[in-house]
Amino acid sequence: MSTDTQPPEAPPTSTSAPQLSHARDLSRPGFYVKLVLMMLVNAFGLYGIMAAFGQEQWVILAVLVVTLVVADYVYFSKRSIPAKYLMPGLVFLLVYQIYVMANTAVVAFTNYGDGHNDLKGPAITQILKTSDRRLDGTPTYPVTVVDVNGSLGFAVVEDDEVLVGTQEDPLEPVTGAVESGGRVTQVPGASVLPLAEIQQRQNEVLDLRVSVSDDPDDGWLRTDNGTMAYQARSVLRYDEAADTFTAENGTVYTADPAQGLYVAPDGTSLSPGWRVFVGTDNFTRMFTDSRLQGPFLSILLWTFAFAILSVLTTFALGLLLAVVFNDERVKGRRFYRAMFILPYAFPGFLAALVWKGMLNQNFGIINQTLLNGATINWLGDGTLAKLSILGVNLWLGFPYMFLICTGALQSIPGELTEAGIMDGAGPWRRFWNLTLPLLMVSVAPLLIASFAFNFNNFSLIYMLTGGGPNYPGAPLIIGETDILISMVYSVAFESGVRQFGLASALSILIFVVVGFISWLGFRQTRKLEEII
Amino acid sequence: MSTVAKIELDNANDTRLRGVRWWKEVGWKHLFAIAMIAYCVFPILYVLSAALNPGGTLTGSTRLFTAVSLQNFTELFTNTNFPRWILNSFIVSTVTAVGTVIMGAAAAYAFSRFRFVGRRGGLTALLIIQMFPQMLAFIAIFLLLLTLRDIYPFLGLESLFGLIAVYLGGALGANTFLMYGFFNTIPAELDEAAKIDGATHAQIFWGMIMRLVTPILAVVGLLSFVGTYGEFILARIVLARPENYTLAVGLYVWGSDERNAPWGLFAAGAVVAAVPIILLFMYLQKYIVSGLTAGGVKG
Repeated sequence: MSTDTQPPEAPPTSTSAPQLSHARDLSRPGFYVKLVLMMLVNAFGLYGIMAAFGQEQWVILAVLVVTLVVADYVYFSKRSIPAKYLMPGLVFLLVYQIYVMANTAVVAFTNYGDGHNDLKGPAITQILKTSDRRLDGTPTYPVTVVDVNGSLGFAVVEDDEVLVGTQEDPLEPVTGAVESGGRVTQVPGASVLPLAEIQQRQNEVLDLRVSVSDDPDDGWLRTDNGTMAYQARSVLRYDEAADTFTAENGTVYTADPAQGLYVAPDGTSLSPGWRVFVGTDNFTRMFTDSRLQGPFLSILLWTFAFAILSVLTTFALGLLLAVVFNDERVKGRRFYRAMFILPYAFPGFLAALVWKGMLNQNFGIINQTLLNGATINWLGDGTLAKLSILGVNLWLGFPYMFLICTGALQSIPGELTEAGIMDGAGPWRRFWNLTLPLLMVSVAPLLIASFAFNFNNFSLIYMLTGGGPNYPGAPLIIGETDILISMVYSVAFESGVRQFGLASALSILIFVVVGFISWLGFRQTRKLEEII
Repeated sequence: MSTVAKIELDNANDTRLRGVRWWKEVGWKHLFAIAMIAYCVFPILYVLSAALNPGGTLTGSTRLFTAVSLQNFTELFTNTNFPRWILNSFIVSTVTAVGTVIMGAAAAYAFSRFRFVGRRGGLTALLIIQMFPQMLAFIAIFLLLLTLRDIYPFLGLESLFGLIAVYLGGALGANTFLMYGFFNTIPAELDEAAKIDGATHAQIFWGMIMRLVTPILAVVGLLSFVGTYGEFILARIVLARPENYTLAVGLYVWGSDERNAPWGLFAAGAVVAAVPIILLFMYLQKYIVSGLTAGGVKG
């Protein structure tokens, strides 16, 4: 763990002539293994570059090009030997750890989330398409839903002519189609969707808009049932020059770049909005929103309380057991030890779920059998739920503390205790003044690590109580036993509207705390080592 | 601790404690141990009993071992997605463990055996990165996989390989240091000797170093396996379809739904899922004690 460990002095680029790697020697199998691997890597990269080009994902495209060039250079050049060993891990680290952490920081300053999922352009199209209404006085057409090369479209009959169009292409006359009774039954180059498949792809069919012509003001065809279509047009007019939407009743919605929304003078807005930077709004909202600030502060406090109490309780029990059973006169210690670590060996996520069942108010074994039919609401009452969480975490966590304390106790030399006895210190004094300080040297860093772990112990909270009981009236689904990380999860995925921006801002808070704790941990390790 | 010295004193006078004194000094410890064992074992007995109870509901499992049958287990392996979940969990955990070991060892080899620009900086950066658990960035991971789905569908949401790739992103930060320390204990003279004999850097790495560090590779691999096996939050956000679940997500879905929960199935599944991990833990405990995992690897 320490950087201080001196690596062996190995100047590999020594005086001897640079040895040709077998992966460069055409007569050795190593070269062909490398060649095949690099071919796969290049194929993978080129495929991604083309796909990114097709999707117009320019950032991803640039990243892929750079990575591919670097990879080819690293593995085909004679230099850069260390890079050959570092690159695979580094690529994963950069993408899935560094980039995502940086992106968390970026998203924390935006309003990214449901209703603000995309950029402005797609948002405008979306507003137009979702605000359409049937044009007065236009007929309905019997419509056939068709599949043209993988994209859905409509086929209709107008003036004895068959017209076919898709989401992308407006209606065009088609020759060679078969029609019966005003309804198209066969289209060359496209397959007619049977009713069952229309039902299966219901949402796609309902969202389908086929433009009547190239001019959006002519409107588009849409269907509500998959058999009859009507002509619809947006009730909003988009004015590109002024960047406004005008409704039929004359209300003007103006783009508000601060909120990422089109807003009318009366305060109403169009949905969806788009993604914008909102400054530190997400950070201050926790403290300024009156419905949030109370629950948020309680959660913050409880997160610290939970992490600290978890470490203290598990450490106390673990230490007690370690001290009591660090006694050679007790027979069967090996057996006891094996039993004591069972809870630790049992997968944590399963243990939380099992305890949840055991603590169930009406059917759980603890109320029903152990307490003879009591109906204590272990997980539904705020205070009891917190106690339950600590109790379950005690069960889960004390064996680890028992193990590390046993190890640490056994490494304390017996002479020190003897010296204590000589000096006339009683057992208590020897424990507090000798054993414990020595024990802490090796155990303190682990306690700090354990604190950091419990600070983010998402699965325990999420599986045992789900954060409940919930705070009534809070605009988010958060509860009394939620800790910061489970609150983040709730804000991001479970509070109805997904608010990635707000959730990321909360994660940044966790990052800061965890960073501080780790720094403390390192400092502590150094400081305690100096004592000896 | 006082006992160490005491034993010696006691042994000098009297090799065996008897009667009241035995009870005062040793006997009560056995009683204490029995109470603790009851505490430790009770939930495990409970889940075992629920797994064997054919009733299959939470209510039916309040009396331990009243009915014993293998019905839940047969049901589990014939009519549910459970076998798929086991398979998924094993695929994800195994590939992640192997990938972690190879990438971590390669990086440790580079840091331990080569001197290059940015080496110290790289080590320090890794030290800082490993402080921040990857799962803290789960929102950005979700968004990344959402975007990647359009370009590489097999690395996007709903894909086991997408999940594995995410886990591998945490591989270097968490394990390089552990291996780096171990690599440094292997004398560089061995490398020099091999080089003089005409070995290339690849031969030294694959043929010599990797064999000498096998113990640490095994430990890192197994720890990574256990950690991945129990990982929940990332698996939960990446995998949404029941047939794609890993054991952690699938059993959560069964166990969390209290009213209609297939409790018997959940319990049986929990027993099956726990056995390999308990066995691995018993084997790994000495490494865990030595502080290798600092803070615990529980998922």
